[in-house]
Amino acid sequence: MLLERWLRARGYPVLFTGWNSSRLVRRSMRRGKKKNLLTPTTFSLLHAVDFADRLTYQILPPLKAGMIVLADRYVYTAFARDVARGVDPDWVRAVYSFALRPDLTLYFRVPIEVSLERLLAGRAKLKYHEAGMDVGLSPDPVESFRLFQSRVLEIYDHVAGEFAFHTVDATREIPVQQRGFRRVMQEILRDYDKQRSKGVRHAVQAP
Amino acid sequence: MRSKHPKRWYGHGLPYLKEKSLPGHLIVIEGTDGVGRSTQIDLLRPWLELEGYAVSRTGWTRSPLLSETISEAKAGHQLTVTTFSLLYAADFADRLEHEILPSLQAGFIVLADRYMYTAFARNNVMGADPAWTRDLFGVALVPDLVLYLDVDVETLIPRVVHGKGMDYWESGMHLALSTDLFDSFQHYQSRLTAEYRKLAQEFGFVTVDARAPIDEIQTDLRKHIAGYLRRAEPVSVPSADGEPVPPLSLRKD
Repeated sequence: MLLERWLRARGYPVLFTGWNSSRLVRRSMRRGKKKNLLTPTTFSLLHAVDFADRLTYQILPPLKAGMIVLADRYVYTAFARDVARGVDPDWVRAVYSFALRPDLTLYFRVPIEVSLERLLAGRAKLKYHEAGMDVGLSPDPVESFRLFQSRVLEIYDHVAGEFAFHTVDATREIPVQQRGFRRVMQEILRDYDKQRSKGVRHAVQAP
Repeated sequence: MRSKHPKRWYGHGLPYLKEKSLPGHLIVIEGTDGVGRSTQIDLLRPWLELEGYAVSRTGWTRSPLLSETISEAKAGHQLTVTTFSLLYAADFADRLEHEILPSLQAGFIVLADRYMYTAFARNNVMGADPAWTRDLFGVALVPDLVLYLDVDVETLIPRVVHGKGMDYWESGMHLALSTDLFDSFQHYQSRLTAEYRKLAQEFGFVTVDARAPIDEIQTDLRKHIAGYLRRAEPVSVPSADGEPVPPLSLRKD
C-alpha cells in the first residue's frame, strides 16, 4: 500500500495484483476448502490456475503497456507453501515455468511468533489452511500454525537465496523498512526511467 | 508375493502419500471424441463384474472439485492454453487421489475413460509446451493397460453427426482453425488423431480398430483385457460382505 502510494506520488503508472484473487477458480477453491477436499496437489494446481489467469489478464497487459506491476506474492509463495505441504519442489517449479521472472523481489521476513501475534491481533482466529491444519501437524490451530509456518519460513529462506530476493527485516519500524527498500526501488527505477518505452517488470514478494 | 503388475509414477508422483500397495488394475480407454469410449466402457463393466471383479469408473473432467468450474470456464471465453491445461491437471489430480488410488488400493479394476494422454494430445494441438504438459502430469500413475480406440476422421464424422452433433470444443473452434464448424472439426480431429497415434507408439498403447461395429470392438477389448489379467497376478476381489473371494478364471471369448 505504502509502496504503491509512494510510486504513484512520484508519477509512476502502477498496478497492484493480489494472490488468489481471480474469479476463475473461486468456486472450486471455496468448495475445496469448505468440504476439506483439497490435497496438496490440487491445492497447488488451483493456485496455479489462479496465477496463470492473473498473469494473462492482469499482469502481462500492463507490463506490455510499460507500467509497473506490484504483486502481493508471486510464484515463490507456491514454491514455499506447497512444498511445505509435501509436493515435490521440482514439480512445483515446473508447473510455474510459464511465469515471468520479476525484476525485483522484496522479501518481508518476520519470525513466526511475530506473524502469529500480528495475525491474532487482527482477527479472532487463524484460517484453517493458513494454520496448515490440513497437513495434520497438530490438532491445536496455534501450535499447527507454529509448526507449519516454521516449515514454510525455512523453505522461503532457501528460495530467497535461490532467486536472489532482497530481504526486508519486517520486524523493524515501518518507516525504517520503507526507507530501506525505497533505496533498492530507486535503483530499479533509474533503469525503468531509461527504458520506459520498453516495458519493465516489477514484483514484490512477501510471505 | 511380488506383484506382476507393479505400479509406478509417471514423474515425481505424490511424495506426501504413504506408500501403500495397489493390488488393483488401472485400465485406460483412450481415443478421440465420439469414438465410442463410453459405450464400450458401459459394456465392459458388467462383463468384468460377472467375472468377479470389483470395477470402478472414472471420467475426464468428472471430479466433484473441478467439473463445475471447468464447464463454467468453457461457457465463458476466459481460458488460455495454460489455464485450460492446469484445470485439467487439477481435475485429474482430484480424481487420482480421491477415486483412482483408493479403488486400486481396494483391489478394484479402474476403467478410466481418458487419461493424461488426452491432455498430451490436445495440448500439442493447442500449442502448449509439450515438456511442460508432461511435467504437469508427473503426479500421475502409469496405467497397467491402455486401450486406444483408433478411428479415421472420415469414419468419425457421420457417427458424430448422427449422434450428438458437432460441438464447439470438440470441433476445436477455440483454435480458430476455420470459421466453419465442419471444416474445423475435420481439421482439429485429424490433428488429434495424428497426436494419439504418435502417443500410441511412444507409450505402447494397444490399438483397437474402432471403425468396426460396436460388438466387434467390444470383443477385441475383452480379449486384450482378459489377456492382460491372465498375465497379471490374480487378485483377491472383496465380495459384498467383505470376505475376499478367490479370483475367477477368465473365459476366452
